[in-house]
This record gives sequence, structure tokens and C-alpha cells, in this order.
Amino acid sequence: MNDLRPVPGGAPEEGAPPGADLAALLQRSARGDEQAFAAVYDALSAKAYGLALRVVRDPAQAEEVVQESFLEVWRMASRYEADRGSAAAWILTIVHRRAVDRVRSAESATRRDAAYHDRNQPVSHDETAEAATASLEAHRVRSALATLTPVQREAVELAYLRGYTHSEVARMLDLPVGTAKTRIRDGLIRLRDTMGVGSLR
Amino acid sequence: MSIDPTRADIHALSGAYAVDALDDIERAEFERHLTGCPTCRDEVDDLRETAAALAEATSVEPPAALRERLLAEIRTVRPLPPVVEPAAHPIRARRRWIALVAAAAVIALGAVAWHPWTSPSPTQLTAVAQVQQAPDAQHFTTHLDGGTVTVYRSVSLDRAALVSRDVGAAPDGKVYQVWLQNPAGAMVPAGFLQPGSSASVALSGEAASATAAGITVEPAGGSPRPTSDPVALVAFAS
Repeated sequence: MNDLRPVPGGAPEEGAPPGADLAALLQRSARGDEQAFAAVYDALSAKAYGLALRVVRDPAQAEEVVQESFLEVWRMASRYEADRGSAAAWILTIVHRRAVDRVRSAESATRRDAAYHDRNQPVSHDETAEAATASLEAHRVRSALATLTPVQREAVELAYLRGYTHSEVARMLDLPVGTAKTRIRDGLIRLRDTMGVGSLR
Repeated sequence: MSIDPTRADIHALSGAYAVDALDDIERAEFERHLTGCPTCRDEVDDLRETAAALAEATSVEPPAALRERLLAEIRTVRPLPPVVEPAAHPIRARRRWIALVAAAAVIALGAVAWHPWTSPSPTQLTAVAQVQQAPDAQHFTTHLDGGTVTVYRSVSLDRAALVSRDVGAAPDGKVYQVWLQNPAGAMVPAGFLQPGSSASVALSGEAASATAAGITVEPAGGSPRPTSDPVALVAFAS
């Protein structure tokens, strides 16, 4: 009964959009369906691990973040509210929060050192090559990021992909105190509008 | 950095909140704002969706062993049930608090001696950490909806803070409201508990003289006084 398949299988509604599939799989996970949960993991593990790795940087810690996060997804699956957003966003929000909690509490010296030379690098470099299946989506993200002003893009990346607070971002980008939060919000809103995210609801 | 929740530009924090770029205090205050601002809630949902899309460009395949560990681990963990709205009895509620607090007092001493999880505790001296690390810090742990809630109190700082782990969401349209009981027995609003894997909030009010802390399920935005029985309660040992 525990013969778990490596790829999503048995998802209801053949041909339904992937988002709907994930929500349905999550619902089945909430009822204790381990296969459905494994399918959720397979669909999102690369994004979750890549995101955790970006924030915490240390592969071992990124693995722990992903494991803790998906354990939480398993426990909390019944609390996912489909009308508030996609299952993917719900799960990646959990992953991000755990990754950020980890770096904030540890204030890892490794990350701080590495952040210095990372500051001015664009978000998408060679790591994306490992995710061939996501390349179309990745291209869409890169195109959308390119529409931001340089300050908006850096502010969003430092906050989301590096886990810095808006006050830290302001200091790093030499912005007046209190303006980084506006840059982050403006940048996200422009990304949302460019990518058409959120219009699904 | 402190925020006046009534200030119009608190809405500007939605982006930073959506990407976890607020410090503990700002986060607690913005979450308080969120309970009464559907516009911001919708915007946060949208911006989280947007941020999650950025993860498309950062995909990295995790080691296969991680999958095996995770799938082995979930076999031993029971998924939480859906939230079922508790029946509320507003009229009787207040009187029953006193009895409940008295009952909780019995277990309070045990709670003090009990060591909670060894979590990676914040090293930044946020308001929450200040209370946790105060020389006279006391802590009291109880359970809520499959998770744990720990109330920290420092009499010398006259501050209290609440740290929760793995608490499920309140029923739709409801919030978890936190209260401090003053020596006269009245329940004073002290803040809101945010569900999720881990959350912390600095409680407002006079913590040094408070005799207990409780959590009730209240309508979004909170109530001036409890309208239902507490779902979690700890009595402070003096």
C-alpha cells in the first residue's frame, strides 16, 4: 500500500490545469493519501529546494528546510484555502518563511559573506539550467524581472531570494529608511501585472 | 521600528510582508492590521502568488534521499483535521474564565519546569527575544489545535510575548485573539496569534501584573472582550 510512484499519478480530472491538480492532490493528502502527497512533493520539490537554497545557501540546511516545510504541508493540508491562492504559492510561502526564519535566527556568517559578491548578480544564472522543464516559466520570470527598475529588481531579489528585511535592503541599496518597502511592493505589483499572476482568482 | 496601525501607509508594508521582509514587531503589527483590512489580505495573497512564481527561475533538483526521508517521516504523522467552528456561548463565557484559570493554575508550575522545544531561537534582540532572554523570563506552554503555544513573561521588563508552532488556521472569518487577565479578573486584549509553522508576537498590556494569558476565537478584527471560551489558557506563576 505504500508503493509510492515517482511521478504524479492517479490525479483526478485528466487534462485539468496543473494548479487544479495540485489542489486536489493536497485535498487527498489531508485525508492521509501518501501517494497524493508524494505527487505534490514531486511537482514542487525542485522549486522548493531551489528557493530554500537561495535563501539559506547551505545545501544541508536547505534540505532540512524543505523536509520541515513539506512535513508541515502534510500536517496542514486541510487548512489550505483554494480561494486565497494556488497550492504551489501556499507551499512555497511555507518554504520561504521557514528558510527566512532559519537565516534570521542563525545569521549565518557564510550567507553574509557570500551576499557581498552576490549583491549585483541577476536572479537567474546557471542554476536555472538544471531545471529544463521549467525553462519556459523561467524565461517568463526573467522577462518580467527585466521590466522592473534596477532598484525594484534588487530590492525584490534581496528580500525574497536572500531573506533580508526591508530595513536591511534599504541599507544595502543606500535607500532612505522606509523606502525599500515601497520598492519591494512596487516591484512585486509590476511583476504581478506583467506575469498576470493573481488574475486567476 | 514601530508602526501606528491606523496610519494610512501601513498598506505599503504588504509587499515586504508577502516576502517575509518585516522584522518580528512589524510583522505582528501588520498582521493585526490584516485582520481588519480585506484589501491588504487580497493584495498579500496576490503578491505571495507573484513571489512564488519567482521560484520558477531558481529550481534545483533536491537529492533523492530527501524524498525518501520525507515520505518515511509522514507515515508517522497524522494530518490535522479541518477546522470546525467551535460553538460559542458568549454569555456564560466570562464567568467560566475564572474557573478555567483556576484549573490552569494547577498545571502552571509543571509548565514552568517543562523545557519546550530546542528551537533555533532568535539571536536578534527583537521585542520577543528580549522577553525570552530576560534574566527573570518565565515561560508557560500549552497546546492549541495540534500545535504548541508558549507564553513568555518578564516581570522586570513588564512585557510578555507569545511564540506558537504548528497552530492551524482559525475558522474562516475568525482570528485567534490573545488576552492578558489583569488582577481584577478582566481580560484585556493583548494581540493576535498568527497560525502557521512558527509565529511570534510581542503582547501588549501590563504583563507584570497579569495573572493569566488566554486565547479565544474571535470574529476578524478581534473583540474588545472575549465572546467565547478560551481555546488555550495559561496561568502565570507569581
